[in-house]
Amino acid sequence: MAETVKLLGTKGSPYSHRAEVALRLKEVNFEFLHEDLAHKSDMLLRYNPIHKKIPVLVHEEKSIVESLIVVEYVHEAFNGYAILPSDPYERAMARIWARYIDEKVIPAFWMSCWTDGEMQKGFIGQAKEALTILESQLKGKKFFGGDSIGFVDLAAGMVAFWFGILQEVAGISLLNEEDYPVLCRWADDYCSVEAVKESLLDRKLLVAHFASKKEKIFATKAPVYD
Amino acid sequence: MASEKGVMLLDFWVSPFGQRARIALAEKGVQYEYKEENLTEKSELLLKANPVHKKIPVLIHDGKPVCESLIIVEYIDEVWSDKAPLMPSDPYQRAQARFWADFVDKKVYDCGSRLWKLKGEEQQAAKKEMIEILQLLEAQLGDKKYFGGDSFGFVDVAFVPFTSWFYSYETCANFSVEGVAPKVAQWAKRCLERESVAKTLSDPKKVYEFVCFLKKKFGVE
Repeated sequence: MAETVKLLGTKGSPYSHRAEVALRLKEVNFEFLHEDLAHKSDMLLRYNPIHKKIPVLVHEEKSIVESLIVVEYVHEAFNGYAILPSDPYERAMARIWARYIDEKVIPAFWMSCWTDGEMQKGFIGQAKEALTILESQLKGKKFFGGDSIGFVDLAAGMVAFWFGILQEVAGISLLNEEDYPVLCRWADDYCSVEAVKESLLDRKLLVAHFASKKEKIFATKAPVYD
Repeated sequence: MASEKGVMLLDFWVSPFGQRARIALAEKGVQYEYKEENLTEKSELLLKANPVHKKIPVLIHDGKPVCESLIIVEYIDEVWSDKAPLMPSDPYQRAQARFWADFVDKKVYDCGSRLWKLKGEEQQAAKKEMIEILQLLEAQLGDKKYFGGDSFGFVDVAFVPFTSWFYSYETCANFSVEGVAPKVAQWAKRCLERESVAKTLSDPKKVYEFVCFLKKKFGVE
């Protein structure tokens, strides 16, 4: 019987990761369809004609796109694990911090890896500030979501797993235990959660992948996740 | 910030993002205190309420701040859920509403700004992009009364404040919204029949004056 839930994505993409972890937390049976981003499938173009990006969640032939929108959909459409808080104010806070990760943390960190000279110094300054602000949100909790992972933790998946890999390939040390002990401890705890472990690619493979694409990324600054 | 009971909105008169919050509050019949911010000299309250971005709008509800306009609108919808629901109840429809509101967020304001900031070929490219954006929105609206269907909804709130900027976009880039997206133009007129929208939106001519002021300030001519 064909699965009614399909996820179009790639293991290398932190955005696809968010959607995959959400589905695993809800224990949804789904089919993972790997996209070759250099040769996008007809299915991807049909289900996401406007942005043509992954992840795309297809549920009973209806498509949902944009990773954080997919996560909210999974939270609402399937029973079980609560990915978002039930209180409206806490929910607003979760959305605000997820957005902060997307708009401030990730771009500053990404550009810190793939620029040099004065430009890099500028981005590193921004990234450090953003990471400090993000770390302060943990406020003595195990996860951003409290005792268990939630919306902000999923949004920060890239910080937990990809940042260490990217900075290793780029030869910088931004997110380290000395400067961010709390965030690094959170990253380890996040990556140890079963649903997350099942979604992550082997670290060595991802390091090799980014190392092989290093020159291309340095030139274009564009992400290459597959 | 004292934990005062009540609702306050820190805002700037012509901001389409602030207007989203104002429209949502009006639709729900919520009493609130409006505080106009001087964006060149931000108040202590704003800097305390939104220390990370220092931007408006900020909704302060019983002393607790919420920022980012679409997050504010969802919050208002969830707290004052007894009246005028803005989000659909079906999860798929909700995802669609969030997608299109996000689309307006990512595309309309940035592209619109390029229409008045740039000249020559760059402006022509922005104009082409704006027309594409309006036509995508036109296709999404279709023959529905509102983006939300029969009821005024989340996407309508997200997009309608930009309709008072249409005159500025048209004048700066020399095109007609009605010409390229007639259903969107009709929808804009229909929305103005709603009290919440009519009382909130800035006069298009005043918006244009503001755009001219910005152009001088940024040395565009």
